[in-house]
Amino acid sequence: MISIFGVPGPLLFGQLSLGLINGAFYALLSLGLAVIFGMLNIINFAHGALFMLGAFAAWMMLTPNTWLGMISPGLSVPDWLAIGYWPALIVAPLLVGAFGLLLERTVIRRLYKLDHLYGLLLTFGMALIIEGLARNAFGSSGMPYRIPQALSGPVDLGFMFMPKYRLWVVVAAAGMCLLTWFVIERTQLGARLRAATENPDLVQAFGVNVPRMISLTYAGGVALAAFAGVLAAPIYSVNPNMGSNFIITVFAVVVIGGMGSILGSIVTGFGLGIVEGLTKVFYPQASATVIFVVMVIVLLARPAGLFGKAA
Amino acid sequence: MVATPTIPRRALLTAAAAASLARPARAQAGTVRIGVLNDQSGVYRDISGPTSVACVRQAVEDGAHGFPVEVLVGDHQNKPDIGASIARQWIDRDGVDMIIDVANSGVALAINGVCREKDRVYINSTGATADLTGPACAATTVHWTYDTWMLAHSTGAAMVQAGGDSWFFITADYAFGTALERDTTAFVKQAGGKVLGSVRHPFPGNTDYSSFLLQAQSSRAKVVGICNAGTDTVNTIKQAAEFGLTRSGVKLAGLLVFLNDVHALGLEAAQGLVLTESFYWDLNDRTRAFTKRVLPKTGGVHPAMSHAGCYAGARHYLKAVADMGVAAAKQGGAATVVRMKAMPTDDDAFGAGTIRADGRKVHPVYLFEVKKPGESKAPWDYYKLIATTPAEQAFRPLGEGGCPLVPA
Repeated sequence: MISIFGVPGPLLFGQLSLGLINGAFYALLSLGLAVIFGMLNIINFAHGALFMLGAFAAWMMLTPNTWLGMISPGLSVPDWLAIGYWPALIVAPLLVGAFGLLLERTVIRRLYKLDHLYGLLLTFGMALIIEGLARNAFGSSGMPYRIPQALSGPVDLGFMFMPKYRLWVVVAAAGMCLLTWFVIERTQLGARLRAATENPDLVQAFGVNVPRMISLTYAGGVALAAFAGVLAAPIYSVNPNMGSNFIITVFAVVVIGGMGSILGSIVTGFGLGIVEGLTKVFYPQASATVIFVVMVIVLLARPAGLFGKAA
Repeated sequence: MVATPTIPRRALLTAAAAASLARPARAQAGTVRIGVLNDQSGVYRDISGPTSVACVRQAVEDGAHGFPVEVLVGDHQNKPDIGASIARQWIDRDGVDMIIDVANSGVALAINGVCREKDRVYINSTGATADLTGPACAATTVHWTYDTWMLAHSTGAAMVQAGGDSWFFITADYAFGTALERDTTAFVKQAGGKVLGSVRHPFPGNTDYSSFLLQAQSSRAKVVGICNAGTDTVNTIKQAAEFGLTRSGVKLAGLLVFLNDVHALGLEAAQGLVLTESFYWDLNDRTRAFTKRVLPKTGGVHPAMSHAGCYAGARHYLKAVADMGVAAAKQGGAATVVRMKAMPTDDDAFGAGTIRADGRKVHPVYLFEVKKPGESKAPWDYYKLIATTPAEQAFRPLGEGGCPLVPA
């Protein structure tokens, strides 16, 4: 059996693949943040709370009678109205995206002309409110959510048994990252969007409805967070704080990748997942810190981030 | 531009807490006032929170005491300073005679100090630290439900006796986690088991445990001890099920798991998990009767041991007050606790028991295994009993805690 730095090869490969999977989550979450920052100049601290809403939306669709009973005992709907994992993967991001649209139209819109700091404070406040309301409604210990039948059980990769669901997470996350990158960098819609961030007045003069496009972009970023939330529901605890556990790491990913850089957040997300995975083998205590060590080094060497353009 | 006055956040919180707690000062002098102080809005809401309040109200309802009892509720937000300031206001202004529950060991130790200083009764149920009956013990404090020593002892020793003689620990890298690991390791070794390894995960901020579970698996240990709490525990167990650890015959031992956590996991993920509680709603006729009475007040949430301790503690306190008279009880907390220690305890949740000189309430402790989905016949039917530690062995021996109240 091969061994690297005293760690058996299979264990190391196993840890590397797990790192890649966590990286997929980081990439997906930081992608939404990067889109929102890059296009709207808003540092969206509510991203974690919206990620949580995505997971809760999936749970609510799966078990409507549980929470209807919480609202009013005796209230229930027929079982066939319950929506399973696969439709939830589409419906939950749409619902939460619509909620994001509402937030943008009512509050966030008012801050575009102000300093970044105001957007950060506003969205941070929104995150606290959303999480607080969720705790009040659903308690703190969380809700059960099963792995869908088709994806339960492991696959033998040769060096480890990998749960099928984790492989699906990588595929789904990578696919979504690719799709988002393609839309923004390679389509006409994306080109208009980028033009609108550079010079909204000029783009508007060409007959493009810039405010609507900005609203939809925010909704899109939020939908990405909710999509990640649904992906997370079967493997992480579905509880009101689940987003705040991720958000700090994800912000570090965005900063390392370069604020607002789509490609940067994708590459950095996967990369840092792997770095973290390796740290968990050699010195687990530091596995949460290592990302911030990387952040400090990157900021010292390249203040705009790995893929960012210097201001 | 209009200048906005700035108000410090802490002042605002204290003011809000005070406003919600304000009571008319002209309340009757003969009324016994119980303050339920716990986490109403944060991570410990489910193991304490509104269900603890419901249980205390149930205790008030269950006895004909012959004097009025008022129940106050406070949210300490898991901050010792906020908890202590609510306690002081309650005692100084609202005439609170007894404070109960207090999830979060940090806040519990602060309230322990306030009640000792003000000579008021403090019954702790949800706070875990065994220091409350050790170096920090007070003549005004009763520690009712469980503590870290009892958890480590029951899960560690009973598990080894049940055949789980090789262990691997997944531990949160901070004082609570490492202390729990250290204590459990001692009991495992004492019972003839061995510890094959452990891994310390960062706290807070770790959500993925698959890497640690893989390390646990490759150690070939029979038991994986989970020395963390709350969401961390839920994530560890959920992912252990995903990676098929329990299917391959490994036993998971949760060192601090409550009924609510199992409810949050669902039986699919939690099946086979071994854990310790000193109360379970479906244990016997008396626990079922108590649960049936309290359920309408909790919105269907079944009480865990932490909640049941609030019921039993309040019940015993009110019996002691009735025994010595309201006027005498309101005179001083230490005198009331002396009476509580002198009287044997008996309630539907814990059965018969006693309170030791160091404030430790003793009762039997149970090792449970979580049922498979097929074995569960009804909602909240989650546990099967696998071992019972008798009351006299379940808690740290009186002489070993270092409590100054215990004569050497």
